[in-house]
Amino acid sequence: MPKKDSKDKVPPRALKVVSAPPAAGRGNRPEGTSGIDFESVRVLARLAVEFDLEEIEIDKAGHLRVRRGVRDGGGATMSSPAPAARPIALTPPVDAGEGDGAFVTSPFVGTFYRAASPDAPPFVDGGQSVRKGQVVCIVEAMKLMNEIEAEADGRVEEILVKNGEHVEYGQRLIRLSKS
Amino acid sequence: MFKKVLIANRGEIALRVIRACREMGIRSVAVHSTADADALHVRFADEKVCIGPPQARASYLSIPAIISAAEITRADAVHPGYGFLSENAHFADVVKKCGFQWIGPQPEIMRLMGDKVSARATMEKAGVPILPGTGVIETDRQAEEAIERIGLPVIIKASAGGGGRGMKVVESKARLSAQLNAARSEAQAGFDNPAVYLERFIARPRHVEVQVLGDGKRAISLGERECSIQRRHQKLVEEAPSVALDDERRAKLLGVARKATESLGYQTVGTLEFLLDEDKRFYFMEMNTRIQVEHTVTEEVFSVDLVREQMKLAAGEPLKLPADIRPRGHAIELRINAEDPVTFAPSPGRITALNLPGGLGVRVDTHIYNQYLVPPFYDSLLAKLIVRAETRPAALARLRRALAEFVVEGCKTNLDFFRRLLANAEFVAGKMDTHLVERM
Repeated sequence: MPKKDSKDKVPPRALKVVSAPPAAGRGNRPEGTSGIDFESVRVLARLAVEFDLEEIEIDKAGHLRVRRGVRDGGGATMSSPAPAARPIALTPPVDAGEGDGAFVTSPFVGTFYRAASPDAPPFVDGGQSVRKGQVVCIVEAMKLMNEIEAEADGRVEEILVKNGEHVEYGQRLIRLSKS
Repeated sequence: MFKKVLIANRGEIALRVIRACREMGIRSVAVHSTADADALHVRFADEKVCIGPPQARASYLSIPAIISAAEITRADAVHPGYGFLSENAHFADVVKKCGFQWIGPQPEIMRLMGDKVSARATMEKAGVPILPGTGVIETDRQAEEAIERIGLPVIIKASAGGGGRGMKVVESKARLSAQLNAARSEAQAGFDNPAVYLERFIARPRHVEVQVLGDGKRAISLGERECSIQRRHQKLVEEAPSVALDDERRAKLLGVARKATESLGYQTVGTLEFLLDEDKRFYFMEMNTRIQVEHTVTEEVFSVDLVREQMKLAAGEPLKLPADIRPRGHAIELRINAEDPVTFAPSPGRITALNLPGGLGVRVDTHIYNQYLVPPFYDSLLAKLIVRAETRPAALARLRRALAEFVVEGCKTNLDFFRRLLANAEFVAGKMDTHLVERM
């Protein structure tokens, strides 16, 4: 997203675009609009089937929350975990964040997963302490499950991306504080 | 037709493709590096994905990042623009293997034309005149024999080359061996392939190219463009039509290009580049298997949206343009770059004041805006100024008028260079060759 301070320097017609779940309203919804019409419901219903979603929650502000059902084998490639995660050397962009917070950011475009498989417990939860080098999440890119490690010791303050959500290069995934 | 197209590019060409998508009712996906987060193509696309850091190698040239972006946005086709991965046959293969449509020609043809030696051989077979030359030169002996046959001077070219890099003009046999070795190591360094070949050297050629379109069965030539105003093999001015051709020679050139395109079974848009010698005989130089920067001048005189045609052809639609389509008037494009007007050194920086020209017959294709930060990571093209008028003199007058309105502050541009060019007697008379800029 464009930085706030540059907002007034660029021509109008800027669109609010977020790397949110596919199809529904992504990108083409102008900032600030809300409300749900039948077309949106239709799209959401299609989305629910397509991605095996158990629950789609949408509030008046247009915020979308989805929950994915546990599926056993086969199905959409996006949701089927690869057989084995492989740790790789990553150099995610440095993001010191504001104040004393630090962020785990995505080293590439892909899909964010909190756990190694749909049945496994999440790598980390809010409030949990992590050590440098500890796997905190997975970003799937091109069918490969890439384990993302914490850059430093700290405590998980907030998980900023929902399981199964698409992420961009450099996107903040997890907020950490110094433990 | 496609529902959603991912544009694997940036700058004005990404915007150009987004515009065509919008008019065709196709959703567009912009990809961008962190340096381009505030870029117009990112703002005007329906969706956007950040694919990597500023360095092109890790963003606009990263095949995995682009494919991942296409996957998460569920795009159904990829438009490569020009530059970056647009002539990378491997990328085209990966795009297709991952289940996306490739908005470009068949990868086999990209490979065939990407190698200059095989391109020459293919074109010769298709009846296109080529300069007397050789296949890949392995030994000095071969080169000496070739020179006996072709005559001096000759030029050494890299088989995998393009854009003028790794070329050497041989004036005498004395330094032949050293020049061959130097050319081979330059070719290895620049293109990861040391193969070189020889061709007759034309001292003062014109560069004339033909826009072609094909649907795999039928092909047409959509006129020619003259691109002789160049600096170090980088085009600066392009116009359509070329003043160097009379009707008879034009018909012959366009006919040869059309036939060759058809014999390739070529699909989508492409360009056949030719050198014109002092006697205005034409010789095939290379084929560009993509949309070109200067496609705009063809669009202006033919009133055809080439990017739209490109997407329709990539989607498998038959070519509907008639073979006897005629141009109207004269169009000229200037490439406004962020560079010093005298030294031509790149000049990135923040644009602090901007006025783009307008009015009748003026088109500006650009991604810049006031306060835009010209990043130092990519090529220096800021804008394409295109004018159209009924005649070439009228187009030159319109160009002078538009240039007077063009204001860019904050980074250096070559606007002053173009003001000088428009006062140059050779250029105004249409008597240019590819070395005119060096003589200015």
